[in-house]
Formats: sequence, C-alpha cells, structure tokens
Amino acid sequence: MSSIIESPEVQPVSDVGGEKEPSIGTFAIVWQVIRRRPSAAIGAAVLLLVIAISLLAPVIAPYGIHQQVGPVYGPPSFKHPLGLDDGGIDMLSLIMWGGRVSLTVGLAATVVAIFVGGTIGILTGYLGGVTDTVLMRFTDYFIVIPVIPLMMVIAVLWGPSLSHIILVIGLLQWTTTARIVRAQVRSVRERVYIRRARAIGGGHLRVVLRHVLPQVAPLLVANTVLTIAIAVFSETALAFLGLSDPSRTSWGTMIQHAFARTAASTGAWWAIVYPGVAVAIVIMACYLLGQAIEDAMNPRLKVSHVSVRTFGVRLPPREGDS
Amino acid sequence: MTATSTSYILKRIVFALVTVFVAVTLNFVLFRALPGSAVTDLSRVPNASPQLVHALKVQFGLDKSKTQQYFVYLKQLTHGNLGISYTDQQPVNSLLFRALKNSVPMALLGAIVAIVIGTGSGILATWRRDTLLSYGTTFSAMVFYSLPTQWLGLMLILLFGGLLPTSGMTNEFLLHPSGWQHASDYLSHMILPSLTYALTLYGQYALVVRSAMLETMGEDYVLTARAKGLPMRRIMLRHVFRNAMLPFATLVALSLGFIAGGAVLIETVFSWPGIGRLIYQSVLSRDYPVLQGAFLVITLSVIFFNFVADLLYFKIDPRISQ
Repeated sequence: MSSIIESPEVQPVSDVGGEKEPSIGTFAIVWQVIRRRPSAAIGAAVLLLVIAISLLAPVIAPYGIHQQVGPVYGPPSFKHPLGLDDGGIDMLSLIMWGGRVSLTVGLAATVVAIFVGGTIGILTGYLGGVTDTVLMRFTDYFIVIPVIPLMMVIAVLWGPSLSHIILVIGLLQWTTTARIVRAQVRSVRERVYIRRARAIGGGHLRVVLRHVLPQVAPLLVANTVLTIAIAVFSETALAFLGLSDPSRTSWGTMIQHAFARTAASTGAWWAIVYPGVAVAIVIMACYLLGQAIEDAMNPRLKVSHVSVRTFGVRLPPREGDS
Repeated sequence: MTATSTSYILKRIVFALVTVFVAVTLNFVLFRALPGSAVTDLSRVPNASPQLVHALKVQFGLDKSKTQQYFVYLKQLTHGNLGISYTDQQPVNSLLFRALKNSVPMALLGAIVAIVIGTGSGILATWRRDTLLSYGTTFSAMVFYSLPTQWLGLMLILLFGGLLPTSGMTNEFLLHPSGWQHASDYLSHMILPSLTYALTLYGQYALVVRSAMLETMGEDYVLTARAKGLPMRRIMLRHVFRNAMLPFATLVALSLGFIAGGAVLIETVFSWPGIGRLIYQSVLSRDYPVLQGAFLVITLSVIFFNFVADLLYFKIDPRISQ
C-alpha cells in the first residue's frame, strides 16, 4: 500500500459522492441516546452506580466477608440492613464484594463474545461466498445447541476457576453478535464509498477497520450491553449448578449457597432475595440501555401511524421521538 | 402451490437436513474431543486389570479408530440406537424417553401459559401506548425478563412453600392413590415448576410482541386502515397483530424446541426428574453417551421447530419467497 493512500488528505475522497452517513463517532451517538432517552439514562446511571459500588467495595463494605458478625441467618437489623448469611456474615458486604466477581465475569466474558462474534460476523458478511456458508453453518449449530448444558460440560471438564467460567460463557454467547454484525456488514458492503475505497487501493483490513466497522459500531455497542446481561445471567446459572469458583463470592454463588443451605425452608428470605435483586438490577439496566441504543438505530420504530396523538389522547411527546 | 413456494419449501428442507447433519457430526466430535471415557474412571480403581479395561473398551466400541466409531455412530443412529450409558449400562434411548416424558408436560404447560399472557400483555402495551397500563405491562415484562430463573423458582418456593409441593413429581407417601388422587397430586407438583418456566418466558414474549407491534404500526397499510376509518380494535387485531406475529412465531417455535432441554435450572430447584436433571447428573458423572443423546434430541427438536417456524412464516407471509 503506497503512502499516498495512507495519508489523511486522500481520506475524504472516498467519502465524496458515497451515501455514507455523516460521521459522528460511536460514542457521540451513544451519548446522544443517553441524553435523549430517559430509559437509557436510567440504565447507564444504574450501571455506573453498580460498577462504582463494586470498585469501592474494599472501602465502603461495612464488614469483612470472612468474618462472622452475628448469628447464622440473622435477620435484617439496623446494624445489618440486609441480614446475615448461613455463616453469620453480613449480606450487604457480601453483595458489594460479590458484585466485583459477577461484573468481572460479565464484562470479561462479553469482551470474549464480542470479539469472537464480531470477527465471525465481519468475515462472513464482508467476504461472503464459501467463508460465509461454512461459518454460518457453524454458527447455526451453536444456535441450536443447548447452551447451558454445553457450558456445564465444558465447565466441569476445565475445572472450577474464574477464567474458565469467563471463557466458557464468552465462547458460547457470541452467536447473536455474529448474526447482527453479519447482517449489518452485508448491507454496508455494497455501498458506493466502500467500492471506491477498494478501487483506490484500500486493503480489506483497512476497508473493514475504517469504513465498515464504524458503521456497525453503534449496533455493536447496543449488542455489547445486552451481552453483558446474558453473561451475568449465565454466571449465576453456572454458579447455581456448582460450577463456579467456590473460593470466590459472586451473586451467583450467594444464591446457590442459600439454596444448598436451606434458606428457603429456614425462612431466611433475605439470603435469597437480595443477591437475586442485585442480578436483576444489573440485567435490567443493561437491557434499558442496550434496547434504547438499538431502538435509536432502528428508524422504523420512530414512525407510528397509530400513535396516541392521532387518537385524541393528548400526552406530551416523549423527548427524542419528534 | 406455485413454483416459488415449492422451491422455497425445498430450500428449507435442504437447509434443515444440512443443519441436522452438521449437528450430528459436531455432537460426535464434541464428545470425542472431551477427555475421559467409560474406561477412565474404572482405570483409576486400584486393581483394575488391563484385561478388564480392554474388555470395557471393546464393550463400548472404544477400541476402534475414531473414523470407524463415527460410521458406527451414524449407522446406529439410523436405527434409532443412541448407545449405552457408561454409568448404569442402560440404553440411552429409554433413559431419555423416561426423562422427556417428565419434562415435556411441565415445560409445555409453562410455555402455553407464557404464550397466552405474553401475547396479551404485549398487545395491551402497544394498544394503550403511553398510558399507565402500557408502562405497567412493559415494566413487569422487563422485570421478569431480568430475573435469574433459579432465583425466581426459589422465590416461588418462599411464597408458596406451605401451600404447594416444592420438590419431586409425586407424593411418595400417598399409598394406593386412586386415579383422580394421582392426577391431582401430579398436577399440584407441576404448578410451581411450570409457573417458573412460564414467568421466565413471559417477559421475553411480551417484549418481543410489543416491539414487533410497534414496528408494524409504522407500516403504510396501517395508515391506510386508519384513513378508511376502521375501528381501533380491528386495526390492532387484524392489521397490526397478524403481521406482528411473524417474529413472534419464530420465537415461540424456537422456545418450543428448547423445551426439551431448557429446564436444567428449574428441574434442579424443584428436583423434577426430567431431562435437565438427567443432563446435570450425566455431566457430573461424565456419562458421554447420555449427554450425546440428550444433545442430539435437543438439537434435533430445535431444528425441527425452526423448520416448522420457517414453514409457518411462509404461510403467514408469502412475500418472503420472492
């Protein structure tokens, strides 16, 4: 590749005349969505709050998580607002520390899944042909296979450890990403500016990184956020089946402990309720944010011929819907 | 039947058969690539003689080469033989059949309930868009979508533990029950696991119906229907809902396919002796023939229901063959 093509002056040439959308950065788009849609703002704020609490757990957790501070299954009290678990350990502290593990698994597994799914999606969508057929049949298999049982099989074989759990979840949750990216890449591939970029000598890698990826990126962000939810969910499932690292406390292992140590029949509802609520809050926040970005990317949802306004009920139009 | 529709159906059949073949082959590869076999555990027994190990290998056909094993596997599959369990030396067929007989009614009941309330609340959420009712149904769908399955099961045990049986399939202390007693006993055991299954599916269904309906409402024919002065009820049910059923039909077909294997977590919580529990136990004892058979049954049922969804899609929307 000659240096002329690399130089920034040539770059705009490939854009002139193409139907490339005005290039706003992906993060600018996401920021816009967060500013305009209250549901996205709530989701993002809750996620940030949970991440902050988890990061600060060593500082703000009121008690240690290996320290018995009261009776077994002590009920919620002023000193222990979320009660005590089966070892007399403060639940609030456990949830703060557990968030670190659950979120680490969720985020790391998502990185793996997005990397695998993104690569396969771009390869199949951009190259097409035999690569597309073979890789998509492979993807089809991963879509029809029972994911949780397969995760169990691999997790048992590899042995319980955090990095194994991350890999197992990441390597089995990439199919949605691959399909979304593939569809998006296919629609972008035939546009004029891509062909021009190829014509003036841009290599495949360059075209993908500079021209295809930026167009796919916003949807990929939405998909990433939604995948985090699935990964956190999967972690609790594996932990519940006793396949997580037993030495680390996560929200998943807390639910599993409560189940295995008969919190339900003891009546110690707090040992079950709170870790599940924590998981649900994270998943819901991811869902709100991811869905809002996805909606913003899908112009068909914005036009509604049977909207409330046409039927005489007057409600203030929601921001961003105009 | 026109030429295009025949070619469409033929294409779907070929596609389904290719996926079946890929699944059958990858299932074989998966369980041969995993370490351990019928012999591994026995070889750890201190006094296992080489003759015994060899005899076992011959018995399970593990002395043959992988290629030979593959062809034996294919041939036996055409006879409907799924092999012999490593642990209890029972035919995998009958183990799977017994487990499925327990799983399917429980999951099916849950799925039907979920379809009914999911569609209902999805329609309500779009019909009464931007009202409290709409926000309420959407929010509750999102909450149930976010709850970890096993946790939801535990919550139901906490709430209804005194009223309904929470474990197993029948009351073992019921001696010589009459037909009616037996049926009511069985049904009462089924309520909580089925309800858990229904609630986890419900959230997803309601959300998908809602977004599909919102998307359909932007179509021009909805505007036309509105312009013709059709009543809202007719527009919603005849024009919007019928078209919004497309993605929903696929989702339902997919989740019906997963009925065969979806309920690992639920069956663990409620000690329901179905296929989920069978898979769980087989994972722990590395009983690969059972797992291979279970994976095969599940993948085949998913492929089958996908195929049904494709045909249904074609029936509902003949546009797609063009």
